[in-house]
Amino acid sequence: MTRSLEVRRLRKIYDGHGRIVEAIGDLSFACAAGELVCIVGPSGAGKTTLLKCVAGLIAPTTGEVVLGDARVAGPPPGMAVVFQDYGRSLFPWLTVWRNVALPLENRGAPRGELHRLVDDALAEVGLADVHTAYPWQLSGGMQQRVAIARAIAYRPAILLMDEPFAAVDAQTRADLEDLTLRVWRRHGITLLFVTHDIDEAVYMAQRVLILSASPTHVIEDLAIDLAAERDQLATRSSPRFAELRGRVYEQIQRAKRAGAPAAGEVRP
Amino acid sequence: MTRALRGLARALALPVALFALWWLVSAGSKSFYMPPLRAILGAFGPTWSERWTSDVLPSIGRLLIGYAGAVLAGVALGVPLGGRPRLRAALEPALELFRAIPPPALVPVFLLLFGIGTPMKLLVIVSGAVWPVLLNTIEGVRAVDEVLADTCRCYGITGLARLRVLVLRGASPQIVTGMRQALSIAIILMVISEMFASSSGLGYAIVDFQRAFSIPQMWSGILLLGAIGVVLSLGFGVFEARALRWYHGQRTAHREGG
Amino acid sequence: MTRARHAGRRRAGGTPTLRWTARLGLGALGVAGVALVFELIPRAGVVSPRYLPPTSAMLGALGREAATAAFWRALLDTALGWALGLAIAVAAGAVAGVVIGSRRGLRASTASTIEFLRPIPSVALIPVAILLYGAQLRSTLLLVVYASFWPVLLQVIHGVTDVDPVARDTALSYRLSRWAMIRHLIVPTALPYLMTGVRLSAAVALILAITAELVIGSPGLGHEIEVARASSAVPVLYALILVVGLLGVAVNVGFRALERRVLAWHPSVRREVAA
Repeated sequence: MTRSLEVRRLRKIYDGHGRIVEAIGDLSFACAAGELVCIVGPSGAGKTTLLKCVAGLIAPTTGEVVLGDARVAGPPPGMAVVFQDYGRSLFPWLTVWRNVALPLENRGAPRGELHRLVDDALAEVGLADVHTAYPWQLSGGMQQRVAIARAIAYRPAILLMDEPFAAVDAQTRADLEDLTLRVWRRHGITLLFVTHDIDEAVYMAQRVLILSASPTHVIEDLAIDLAAERDQLATRSSPRFAELRGRVYEQIQRAKRAGAPAAGEVRP
Repeated sequence: MTRALRGLARALALPVALFALWWLVSAGSKSFYMPPLRAILGAFGPTWSERWTSDVLPSIGRLLIGYAGAVLAGVALGVPLGGRPRLRAALEPALELFRAIPPPALVPVFLLLFGIGTPMKLLVIVSGAVWPVLLNTIEGVRAVDEVLADTCRCYGITGLARLRVLVLRGASPQIVTGMRQALSIAIILMVISEMFASSSGLGYAIVDFQRAFSIPQMWSGILLLGAIGVVLSLGFGVFEARALRWYHGQRTAHREGG
Repeated sequence: MTRARHAGRRRAGGTPTLRWTARLGLGALGVAGVALVFELIPRAGVVSPRYLPPTSAMLGALGREAATAAFWRALLDTALGWALGLAIAVAAGAVAGVVIGSRRGLRASTASTIEFLRPIPSVALIPVAILLYGAQLRSTLLLVVYASFWPVLLQVIHGVTDVDPVARDTALSYRLSRWAMIRHLIVPTALPYLMTGVRLSAAVALILAITAELVIGSPGLGHEIEVARASSAVPVLYALILVVGLLGVAVNVGFRALERRVLAWHPSVRREVAA
């Protein structure tokens, strides 16, 4: 049962040993249920902080995150996250199969259903034949696919991905992007995808949220009106893709210039 | 097959050579304190066949029970301490002091409080062997990977499940390091507790022989003690290799840039 | 005990480091709490005060002991046995470690012997020491040297074999003499490992010194502890144990600080020790 996401006037201030940093300043947006939204912004724009607030891993200073009809105060049930650092998000002492099955086991899923979900997820990401391997025996791309399989098997209401393909080589990244799109389309989950790669964001999204530099807020909410069927070759070489990409790039450059070095510091 | 045999041969070469050297050098020894190796080995059979069930097995039994107790106590105390920085900061100086007391120095105290007997001996073993386990458990729990911990939070793995699935497994390499150190300490303390104030046991037997100037028997006891140490160490190595198979595999993969 | 960790260590859940003032305060609170517990247990009769005197009695006895010359003589005897034994063990361990570590053949053939000898408990030598040297310093030294030798040896072997192959190739390509290579390559790489070995051995040496004095009767604090027990001077017994504990803490803290300082000089040479 996929749910909608709404972020209302999110603000996050860090107090780091005397220096106060306003990582996020008044950020609001909404995703409809089943929508794929990408978030891009200059580095240090607090993208990961935003994702962690949405995931309930850290508490915002003010503002709120609403998932479906429930306010998020701590990691909500029905949410799955795929982190950038796949090497550290998979349990090295469990096989691939056990890794994917773990959240379901913990939730108390009945055996038959559990096996079905796990096998299905592994087949979907193309790892059915390595389910007895350990994560560290696999390549980076395959490890990230395990993480994705784990997320899918969980049948979450919303899937968050934090720069998941940043640490993977370009070839593998393309495969993983397409895999994500397939998975999203098949399950119809709400998907919030954070990335620093503008091309990736435009390629994958239905909407792109462009963030400013610190203190972060949404500069523009860009609707991506490309064809629903995305193709690495055709879509990326289409003129409309270049236009959208150019628009995003321009906005981010402007954001970078507007952000002075000391921006984000709120002196007491 | 031949490669394994060659490896074994290489491993045994020096020890066998040293043993042979010892045999040869001491063969004509008239020294009272360093009898010929042949005499020592000859004394092995008669001495220990009768003392096997009365002294050696009980000693080993106490050692294993004390060791198990130390491991359980160390992990049970180490997990909460590892996860609570404030508690750890409060207890750290006191723990530093207690662990710096050489366990043999506590033997007189335990004698006073518990008299001669098995409880005293077990307590001596636990009091010394618990520290490496405790300290390494704390370190292991502290170093649980942050990303893994976040993953558990996201998927709703909390409480007891989190302890079992994340904390204990994640800290296990460190805990096993502590267990290895604890084993050597446990052996030493088992012997000391018996040398000191006891009427049975392997340590007691060795000291008894020394007091009665039964030198070959004394040396045979020392050899037996050494052999027990080696066997337990090898056994532990086997346990470690199996329990931490995933860890060794992961480290090899990292080293090779996987 | 635990090996030094590299700077990037993470903590679960992102808990912040406590400020050192907070840690000091909490630590003092902890010590006070423990002292209070040991004050109350005998007073409340949970354990007879004859076998476990209250903290105040222990500290009183400690004060009285510190006024006697015999106490300080014993302290010096222990310190002598510890320091001398440690020095011998470190010298022997370092030399043997460098020799064994720098030749692959030696490493391979001695590996099994080291693994055989290492687990043999040093206490097995107690009867030998009694026979050979009696209740003298040399008995203490026999035990201390035997036990303290191994940590240094193993650490130095590890250090010598840990030389960065790229650095070694660079040195070879510049045609450095053997002596220069030892000076500029092997020693800086092995030095931090040596420091770790010394720190581990220092703690072991103290434990074995006390043990030897306790069991064999060679002069030192360990012997005084046994005397106190035999004469049922219970508060003195606990006071001496407390002193030995404090000595141990001083050794641990001192050598940790020393190791940190040496490591600070060689941060780039010392590679990450396996977690």
